[in-house]
Amino acid sequence: MSATLFGQSVLSGIFAGSLYALMGLGMSLSWRYLRVINIAHFGLVFLAAYMTYEFAGVRGYSALAVALLLIPLFFVLGVIQQVLILRFNVNEFSSLIVTYGLAIIAEAVIQLIWSADFVRYENRALHGNVEVGTLLLPVADILLVVIAVGLCVATWAAMRFTWLGKALRAGLDNPAIAAAFGVPNQRLLLLVSGFSAALASVAGVFVALLYTLAPSQILSWLGVVFAAVLLGGLGNPLGLLAAGMLIGVSEAITMAITAPSWAPVVPFTILILLLVLWPQRV
Amino acid sequence: MASVTADTPVIPTRSAAARFGVPTTLAVALVLLLLLPALGLPPFFESFLYLLCLWISLATSWTIISGFTGYFSFGHGAFYGVGMYTTANLGASLPILVCLVIAAALAALLSLGMGAVIFRVRRLRGELFALLTLAMTIVVATIVLNTPIDGGPGKYLLGVQLPRIYDNSATTIYLLGACVAIGTLAITYFIQYGRLGRGLFAIADDEDVAEGLGVPSYRYKLIAFAISSAIAGVIGAVHAIFVSYVTVSETFSSTVALFVILMSVIGGMRHWLGPAIGAVFVTTINFVFVSGDSALAARIVIGLALILATLFLPEGVAGFVQKQVHKRRAAASSNTDTAPHALVPAAPVAAAPTATERPILLKGENISLAFRGVQALDGVNFDIRQGEILGLIGPNGSGKSTLINVMNGFYKPDTGRLLFEGHDLAQMPAHRIARLGLARTFQIPRPFPHLSVLDNVMVAAMFGGAAYPQETARRKALETLDFVGLANRAGAFPSELNLHQRKFLELARALVSDARLVMLDEVLAGLTPSEITSAIAMVRRIHGGERTIVFVEHNMRAVMELTDRLIILNQGKLIAEGDPRTVMDDPAVIRAYLGTSDAEG
Repeated sequence: MSATLFGQSVLSGIFAGSLYALMGLGMSLSWRYLRVINIAHFGLVFLAAYMTYEFAGVRGYSALAVALLLIPLFFVLGVIQQVLILRFNVNEFSSLIVTYGLAIIAEAVIQLIWSADFVRYENRALHGNVEVGTLLLPVADILLVVIAVGLCVATWAAMRFTWLGKALRAGLDNPAIAAAFGVPNQRLLLLVSGFSAALASVAGVFVALLYTLAPSQILSWLGVVFAAVLLGGLGNPLGLLAAGMLIGVSEAITMAITAPSWAPVVPFTILILLLVLWPQRV
Repeated sequence: MASVTADTPVIPTRSAAARFGVPTTLAVALVLLLLLPALGLPPFFESFLYLLCLWISLATSWTIISGFTGYFSFGHGAFYGVGMYTTANLGASLPILVCLVIAAALAALLSLGMGAVIFRVRRLRGELFALLTLAMTIVVATIVLNTPIDGGPGKYLLGVQLPRIYDNSATTIYLLGACVAIGTLAITYFIQYGRLGRGLFAIADDEDVAEGLGVPSYRYKLIAFAISSAIAGVIGAVHAIFVSYVTVSETFSSTVALFVILMSVIGGMRHWLGPAIGAVFVTTINFVFVSGDSALAARIVIGLALILATLFLPEGVAGFVQKQVHKRRAAASSNTDTAPHALVPAAPVAAAPTATERPILLKGENISLAFRGVQALDGVNFDIRQGEILGLIGPNGSGKSTLINVMNGFYKPDTGRLLFEGHDLAQMPAHRIARLGLARTFQIPRPFPHLSVLDNVMVAAMFGGAAYPQETARRKALETLDFVGLANRAGAFPSELNLHQRKFLELARALVSDARLVMLDEVLAGLTPSEITSAIAMVRRIHGGERTIVFVEHNMRAVMELTDRLIILNQGKLIAEGDPRTVMDDPAVIRAYLGTSDAEG
């Protein structure tokens, strides 16, 4: 393999890894802090992607404006989902099934509105490439890496250093005692669920910018993102970022060496190796 | 022990009709299904029946691992896919029955490999299992796609030789499906009511307690997973012939995983017949919608049904029916209910031989265990002597419960040995320790919530030291329940017992398999003074002058009344040992309990 091909593979791995981290961040937070294994997260990501395609692509509004509108909208959707989950007292395991059901419905609804065919959103402003030596860096991908790294680091810092993050962790350890010290557990949980869903919308915008969309692909992201979330550690944004990159880069190199269709094996091989060699990590 | 009360009321023994009726019914159903084509059915009806058989097999086999143990598999499609591609590749060159066997073996091997990895991880095991089985489907699909197993374009099943039983090979496929479906139901029925099923249900409710009572949880989960997967492989191998053209995207789509979960959730996952009920329901709905050309609507309906069933019918149709039956039984029996617990008269205490004359039953040597820097046990040496009641006391956090957890195998000590009749318990899994005849109770009772009181005790009887066969276990369990005064609650669920009764249920589980060493962890905590009096009498009767008991307790009246010898822990160290009265006067002990010598004033 030539140095250029290798470099380009590593780069595209970093780009893919950033998207895994961006998709996984909301999922990781809700798993750790809400005890909700949210498969519907992927439904939200694709809903946002299709809405970006519809409003920015078909109807020609500014992509930035669409993204800025989607974020609060999805925040509200996330809060509603969590209100229902709390209302019905859904436990961790049932949440997996219930949100699976939601994802199935989301897939069917998307297919109903936008058909099962592939659609593609072309954004001219982000179309170009930056050339660094012999390497090509697409502008949209650079933006993705910046946003993904920025959000992961910001989330980590917020959890670590702010009152909010400390209250959340206290509430997770012992809700009753945290409440006795004045932590508003319920509201914090809604905040996390809203934030997670808002992250889904951001990820969705990038899915629309970078990929061809089809409803059947919704759950195809599930495996690799879950692998990154588990590998990174639940509720650990920096770990997630590193895990996403690790998976992305090893996938890209596998693709360059063998064939692209082998890529799905990589994250699970890593995950299974991790379990065998280091079982206490998970 | 008290006399056998074989005809104690309110015990849901399974009648002879139930025990022989089900296999007979299944056999009759099979014969009818096999004779049906002789009537000359229209082809669409036959293929609908075949689809019912397919989904009954898939959903029921999924339940063997996921319903019975509570480990949700999202990877049933992978095993089914392995079966499909087995016939797709070998069907032309091998007889179909050989193909089915190979499909079963390959699927079982795959599941054993996966299970061996996943079941070793203790934390997050349920979620991890769900995700890794999902991931496994993708990996298997990728491998099939990229190798000559498929290679990309899909595989036509040409030249598969089928015996023509009704002069029509389509009918032969239906007959195969019917055999697999009825066979699956029969296997699942026998698992549920056999030793394996009892172990699996216990694992689903509380895996650690099950292991502590002697259920070899790792092995049982692997066996269940392998049986479940093998069946999926077989029916996949049959289904490949039915569809006659297999592709990776169809075979490994999420449909199979989704449908089997849905069917089992709707029908009920803790009963062998539940998934079949769900399968009939969902297959019919799907058949109606799809033939009405609204497959999308079917997906929405199924997604909704999944959510609604999880929220409103968490135990499925079969679980709901079982609950109603239980309620009716309980209502009918309430008339005949006697007083909950007759006070046990204290047995006269035989003059015990002095403590030091007894042979050593268990010897702990230099036991240490640290949790993240907290030295919970610090070089503890102790003996437990045959037939004594040994009091294990100490302030809160002194390491008493940790020591019990080490002795019963829940924790592995960092250093030290625990010698029990030539075995070192320190490195032994909990279920093997239980098998050797050590039993314990939990300070906060941990009954299996979905098993009746009788079944709770039967698990201990079948898997503990005595390892009784099922019928003996039932008799022993009833005797033991009678002994602890719970005989008239045998059919109840633990949630229907009060704390006092649940503590006695703990005792019954510890006693039923004639353990040689019984460790009682604060059995008196939370009881009222009069309950304590009856519990002390109970402990004395359990001892019966000969059974070895380790008695962890804070209630000093009980300790002084019952124990032959005391060992005292403080901050993980053994600070005193010996005759109760001498030990309690030891200045070190007084310091540990009451503070420094200034306090003595």
